[in-house]
Amino acid sequence: MDSAITALLETVNDRTGLDFRDYAPSSLHRRIERRVVAEHVGSVAALHALVEAEPAALARLAEALTVPVTSMFRDPAFFREFRAHVAPLLRTHPFLRLWVAGCSTGQEVYSLAIALHEEGLYERSRIYATELQPATLDQAASGIYPLASMQEYTRNYQEAGGTADFSDYYFADASSAIMRPHLRNNVVFAVHNLVSDRSFNEFHLIFCRNVMIYFNRPLQQRVHDLLYDSLALWGYLGLGRSESVRFSRHEHRYEPVSERERLYRKIL
Amino acid sequence: MIVMGGSLGGMQSVQTILQALPADFALPIVIALHRPPDDEDMLTPLLRRGCALRVSEVVDKEPIEASRIYVAPADYHVLVEPDCLSLSVDERVNHARPSVDVLFESAALSCGDRSIGVILSGAGADGARGAAAIERSGGTVLVESPATAVRADMPAAALAATTASLDLPLPRIVTTLCELARKNQSGVSHAT
Repeated sequence: MDSAITALLETVNDRTGLDFRDYAPSSLHRRIERRVVAEHVGSVAALHALVEAEPAALARLAEALTVPVTSMFRDPAFFREFRAHVAPLLRTHPFLRLWVAGCSTGQEVYSLAIALHEEGLYERSRIYATELQPATLDQAASGIYPLASMQEYTRNYQEAGGTADFSDYYFADASSAIMRPHLRNNVVFAVHNLVSDRSFNEFHLIFCRNVMIYFNRPLQQRVHDLLYDSLALWGYLGLGRSESVRFSRHEHRYEPVSERERLYRKIL
Repeated sequence: MIVMGGSLGGMQSVQTILQALPADFALPIVIALHRPPDDEDMLTPLLRRGCALRVSEVVDKEPIEASRIYVAPADYHVLVEPDCLSLSVDERVNHARPSVDVLFESAALSCGDRSIGVILSGAGADGARGAAAIERSGGTVLVESPATAVRADMPAAALAATTASLDLPLPRIVTTLCELARKNQSGVSHAT
C-alpha cells in the first residue's frame, strides 16, 4: 500500500481506534480516493491533513471506510436454503442465540428476524446484531429505511420464500419505512469490532455476509478463527454468495449445507 | 495480467476471444461484463463453452493463477489485489456492478505496467477511465474496433480517453494477446 495511505490509516487508528490497515488494499484505495473527490482535497496527503484538522471529516472518512451497501433478503436463494435446510434443525433447540456479525445498517438483521418469525422460531430467538460504528448501529436499531428501497426489498422478500405481505412488517410515512418494533424486541444491538474484539458468546448460527470481502487474507483468517470459536458444535455459518470457507484454515471443520448458497455447518 | 470488460454485445466478443485462445495460453484473464444482479447461473457456463481454459466465477480472495479465466459474479465488483482477487458490494459505478472501471483501475494499481486491458463492445462509457488508468501506469490497452463492435460506445469512449490504445478487430485482439502472453513467458524465463 502506498505510504500516504499507510500514514492516513495510522492517524485514523490513533484517533478512532478503528484499524483499517488489514483491509484489502485495492478496495480500500478506491474508497479513500472517493473521499478525496468528495472532500474536494485533491490528494490523499491533503485528505490526511483535513482529517487531522477536522473531527467531522475524520468521522466521514471512518464511516465511508466501513459501511457497505446492503439490502434486505440480498440473494433470495440464500434465505430459501436457510428456511428449507437450517430452520428445521434450529427447531430442535428450545432457545436460540444468533449473531449477525457486521450488521451495517441492519437490513440483514430484519431479514433474519422475519425469516425466523415465519418459521415460528423468532419467539425463542435472541439475535445479536453487531457493528463497529456506533452511528451505523444506531441506524440499524432505528429500523428506518427510505421508502423507495421497499420496492426492491419486497421483491427480494417474495423471492426468498416470504409467506406474508411484506408491508405487514413496516409502517410507512411519506418518505420512510419503519420496521415494526416486534422485529427488534428480540435483538440486542451492540458495538463489536471483528478486527480487534473477541468472541463474546456461543451461537447456533452466525451470518457474516459480504463483510470479510473488505479484509485482506491474514485478517480474514483471524476473523474466521473468531467465528469458528463463536459457533456451537453443529452451529451454522452463512457467508455471502461469492465467499467461501475454502481459503480459510477451518475449511475441513465445516460441512456444506449448501455450498452454492455458502451455508456451512461446524463439525468436529 | 489481462482484464477485459464489455456490456451490450460484449459477451459475444468475450466468447469469440475465449474460444480462440490456445490451451497453453498462460496469462490469467479477469472479465467484467455488465449483467443483471440476479443473473447468477447464466453467464459462466456460456463462456465455458468451447474454451480450452478453465473458466470460473471469482470467489473472494481467490489466488490469481496462470491459464485461468475469472468471471466477475453478478452484483459484485471485482478488484485485482497484488496476489489475489477481491470482491466488493460498494455502490454501482457507471450504473454497473460489476463495473469495468473498478476492475481496470485496480489492475492498474496492483499490476502497473504488467496490466493489459481489453475493452469490448458495449453501450455507455464504463471502462474508459479504467483504460486511461492502465495507460498511465504503463500498461497496454486493446480496444475492439468501434467499426466492427456490436455497440461502438464503450470502445469509442475508451479510445477517446487514451492516446496509445490499439483499435483492433476481434481476430487481431486474439493474436495480440497471444503475442503478449508469449513475450511475458519469455520475459519470465529470461529473468529466472
